[in-house]
Amino acid sequence: MIHAKHVHKYFWIPHQLHALKDVSLEVAKGEALVIIGPSGSGKSTFLRCMNRLEYADAGEIWVNGTNILDVDCDINKLRAEVGMVFQSFNLFPHLTVLQNLTLAPETVLGRSSKQANEKAMSLLEKVGIAEKCEVYPDQLSGGQQQRVAIARALAMDPQVMLFDEPTSALDPEMVGEVLDVMRTLAREGMTMVVVTHEMGFAREVADRLVFMDQGAIVEQGTPEEIFQNAQNDRTKLFLSQIL
Amino acid sequence: MSYFGLDRPRSPLYYTAWKITFVVGLLLTCGLFYYAAASVHYDWRWYRVPQYFWYSGQEDIRSDFSGTVKEVQHTPSGTVIRFAAEDHPGELVSMTLGAGSEALVQPETDVYMGDIIAKRSFSKPGILLEGLWVTVVVSSFAIVAGIGIGLVTGLCRLSNNPALRWGAITYIEIIRGSPLLVQIFLWYFVVGFVVDALLGQVGLPGIAPLWYGVAALAIFTGAYVAEIVRAGIQSVHRGQMEAARSLGMTHSQAMRKIILPQAFRRILPPLAGQFISLIKDSSLLGVMAVRELTKATREAVTSSLQSLELWFTCALLYLVLTFMLSLFVQYLERRAVR
Repeated sequence: MIHAKHVHKYFWIPHQLHALKDVSLEVAKGEALVIIGPSGSGKSTFLRCMNRLEYADAGEIWVNGTNILDVDCDINKLRAEVGMVFQSFNLFPHLTVLQNLTLAPETVLGRSSKQANEKAMSLLEKVGIAEKCEVYPDQLSGGQQQRVAIARALAMDPQVMLFDEPTSALDPEMVGEVLDVMRTLAREGMTMVVVTHEMGFAREVADRLVFMDQGAIVEQGTPEEIFQNAQNDRTKLFLSQIL
Repeated sequence: MSYFGLDRPRSPLYYTAWKITFVVGLLLTCGLFYYAAASVHYDWRWYRVPQYFWYSGQEDIRSDFSGTVKEVQHTPSGTVIRFAAEDHPGELVSMTLGAGSEALVQPETDVYMGDIIAKRSFSKPGILLEGLWVTVVVSSFAIVAGIGIGLVTGLCRLSNNPALRWGAITYIEIIRGSPLLVQIFLWYFVVGFVVDALLGQVGLPGIAPLWYGVAALAIFTGAYVAEIVRAGIQSVHRGQMEAARSLGMTHSQAMRKIILPQAFRRILPPLAGQFISLIKDSSLLGVMAVRELTKATREAVTSSLQSLELWFTCALLYLVLTFMLSLFVQYLERRAVR
């Protein structure tokens, strides 16, 4: 589904940083992959490279059979197949919840408004906020907003979902409702790449766990292998600090 | 928003006292001015002002013929007077007077050519009303064109294309760095001169000064609107563009459907200020033979010598225009509350 080969990424602003150092990773169809690591380890950058919100400087990133680092690829078509959920929700504040879900299917996929509305309503039901379809995002709680954001990404019928720390900006009591939705998605066989600090979620849902530090993948394996039997000292240190 | 609540609460007396101070200050200022005008024996003649808005008068109608009036006939379209004229023997000639005319002659009256045979009442918009209308027209065209120019330039200013970006920067810096009065002179005496001469060479009539005025104001305002638009677009959080693009939208789709609608609400207040400035700046167009409100007032003052009343009236008219625009923008702001 996604195959990253020897990806490098540099930042020059505010100062030079080798953010990704030769990262290679393969995500199989239907797999739920969770990336963990300390802040600044490059996990969000790596995730954003997967739909080219960041342009990797070297390497190849194959998504669904296309190398998205190829300048000639149709990036808009590709992004339409890759759903993304942001830490800060990024809902469109000038549109109602329903319009947030229908805008992209109508403009990008050319669906009729009837089709888009039906799809949107069924997704809002799935994430449990169908009754809020006519309100504006700022009238929703953080957890509700993030669930709408997930539904918005799903409205495009994506083949992969990328989650960039989806619960980090939420009040603690709202984390559960968002994780529930993600859990359901994973159970339904959605291909997911999740960057998170929620170790409980990672342990329960992940098919594979990847630990990143200082721009490189340090260790990967099943949750049991990582949590109970980490081989690398940095992984052990990180887990001991966070658990 | 003021920083209410950060200091100790004030008593109701505090607010009452200062409200009274304000009113007293206002009255005192007006009173002082009135006293000053009275001390120099200025004659206030406010009754003379309305005629500059709507002028009513009578004009004489003189006979085209010498001879004898034979018939005065009233028809729906006006009055017809028939003469037996000396130089048209054997036939009746006639003069048709327009509506609102009143004949002063009866049949069998002898008249000479040039005698007053009727009076006609007429009324027409006065010079101030005409000037006000010109100001409204010039400002409206300049505002609409300014929005278009500003939007395009603002987007160019943010473009990655160096030609567009540098072009926008050059335009903005040149326009903002030179006085509007000088730009108006350039439009009229340089651009206008060249364009009218070129048009003359191919046998076309020149362009009215009014349109050079509209161009000067629109180009001037466009530069400021561009900066307002740029600031508005940049104030929309980067995540909005990322979210839109991550859904597969193109840059221009995201701009039109996500960024600009949000930017629009934020740029309305500074935009209103800019357009209020434009209405006031249109007063400079008098220097290029556009008879807008200020020039009209100057002409009225020259003929009537009632300078105090007329300049007060002029200022008040600008105030009415700018206030109406300000109300309209507030209405838009309320509607675009999201």
